[in-house]
Amino acid sequence: MSETHVEAFGSYARRCGAVFLAVVCGTLIMVGASYAPLASRPLVIGFILAAASVNAFLVAGYLMHLITEKKMIFAVLALTAFLFVVLMGLSVWASRDVPAILAPALK
Amino acid sequence: MEIAYTVHPRPDTGVYNAKLGMWLFLASEVMLFGGLFSSYILLRAGALPGTWPSGWLSVPLGTLNTIILALSAVTTLLAWYSCKSGMFDKFKLFQGLTILLAVVFLGIKSYEYRDKLTHYEVELKNGQLADGHLVRREASGAVVLHGRLVQSRAELMDGRKAHGERQELTIAKADIVRMQNYGPAHNTFLALYFTLTGLHALHIIGGLVVMSYLWGPGSRMWKTNPERFTNRVEVAGLFWHFVDLVWIFLFPTLYLI
Repeated sequence: MSETHVEAFGSYARRCGAVFLAVVCGTLIMVGASYAPLASRPLVIGFILAAASVNAFLVAGYLMHLITEKKMIFAVLALTAFLFVVLMGLSVWASRDVPAILAPALK
Repeated sequence: MEIAYTVHPRPDTGVYNAKLGMWLFLASEVMLFGGLFSSYILLRAGALPGTWPSGWLSVPLGTLNTIILALSAVTTLLAWYSCKSGMFDKFKLFQGLTILLAVVFLGIKSYEYRDKLTHYEVELKNGQLADGHLVRREASGAVVLHGRLVQSRAELMDGRKAHGERQELTIAKADIVRMQNYGPAHNTFLALYFTLTGLHALHIIGGLVVMSYLWGPGSRMWKTNPERFTNRVEVAGLFWHFVDLVWIFLFPTLYLI
């Protein structure tokens, strides 16, 4: 094991440690936000999901090395992301109809 | 016959075959969990006001599990980097740590499941509800719960609100109309909780089996074909990071929102 390898390993470990700390901070921010006495519930939910998305970006981008990945992988993921967004969009769109369906039960 | 492109990248894709295969598999996994998250959105949006529980899960335990999984994502990456740098001893250390952290995660999850499965809601003949953890069943058929009495189910929906002191309640068999634990059949929220976290736990177990193999008998390949072994560790790591990613969204969805 050469000294260069040990140094490179140390530098890589520090970078991973920084990502880990950022994810922990993001998690604690989410937990804190869930206890925050804010009147707007949708705002709290939006903030928590935004913090979760940042954590997900850190894991996917840095720990899965997605930011330096090959075009082929991006092509696969772009299609997946498109289908996922369509699926979630349909779910949110369909959920807007729910109150009308439930209206008689709510009376 | 030798399998092609297990070590070097294919010229047309730019990556070795196992890596592309793993990313394709993860893409299908995104849609699997996506379907379940979609069900969650629809069922939650369709729930009648005041019927969707909140604060029923332990936030400290969920936070701890999030940190444990994030730490295991780092150790699995360091295990791969150790192989890449030719430091097999460090690979053994970090892969071993990843396995240990995965076991701790599952231990905490099991504790949470046990907590839910021993938690009962008892409907009484006088219309009240007794809610708490089962202490014992007596020979007479009476049950002893450590919990509280409430007038309606609506009082139980917000787990974060103070509900008064818990006490030991002895309920005679004749007073019980219905008794049900907080299992998947209790309500829609718990059905989703057990489905989503159960599927995630199955992924953890799957990852655990693969990583244990690479740490144990599978590590023999290091002596014959270290580059291929390193790629195997990388591909297993990609799966592990995906499992972490799913948890990053499961935790706020089920525990916080």
